[in-house]
Amino acid sequence: MLELYKEALPVEEILTRWYRVHKEQNYGAFINFVGIVRDENGIDGLSFDIYRPLLTSWFERWQEEAKKRGALLLMAHSEGNVYVHESSYIAAVLSPKRRVALELIDEFVEDFKAKAPIWKYDIIDGERVYAGDRSTPLPDSGLLA
Amino acid sequence: MATIEFLGPIGREPVEIEITHLSELKTYFKEDEEIQQWLQNSAIALNDKLINNLNHAISKNDKISLLPPVCGG
Repeated sequence: MLELYKEALPVEEILTRWYRVHKEQNYGAFINFVGIVRDENGIDGLSFDIYRPLLTSWFERWQEEAKKRGALLLMAHSEGNVYVHESSYIAAVLSPKRRVALELIDEFVEDFKAKAPIWKYDIIDGERVYAGDRSTPLPDSGLLA
Repeated sequence: MATIEFLGPIGREPVEIEITHLSELKTYFKEDEEIQQWLQNSAIALNDKLINNLNHAISKNDKISLLPPVCGG
């Protein structure tokens, strides 16, 4: 399941709900990753744009992969401004046994960083500044160059 | 007419263009230095699917998207 929120994620609500909804489905492992915006380089926070159609299809492909391994993926992400010490990203995996979940969360989060169609900006003095130096070109970029 | 949209930090409004083949876009932005810069490292989606070559005919109602480098999380 993919959930998108305007601004900061309600982390406790999301994790508690995911736990309640899935704890009786006989998964033995529930592993989650929560990203927290760090206070660094003088930023007030981060801001995000998302291209929903491609994010949805990217996520659905990963959900198919998880299903093949008997696992379930959950993800929440913010759009708009998320300030220092708030959270913009949660990924979670449920699986019958721990190894699958531990491996899948690693693969999923790494692929997310490289492929999810999301653009990040630093918020500095109230302005959005594209985090180009921390961004990764998608596969097959530059076809029109 | 096809529509071309500029996602994320490119920050431009969509424009409608008259082309019949995707490769025509290579010269379409020739005079636009700012877009030329973005094209160096932008991926292209056609109707919300990323493509890996320019060998696509374009008809009206097609949507072309330019996706600059990404960073979620």
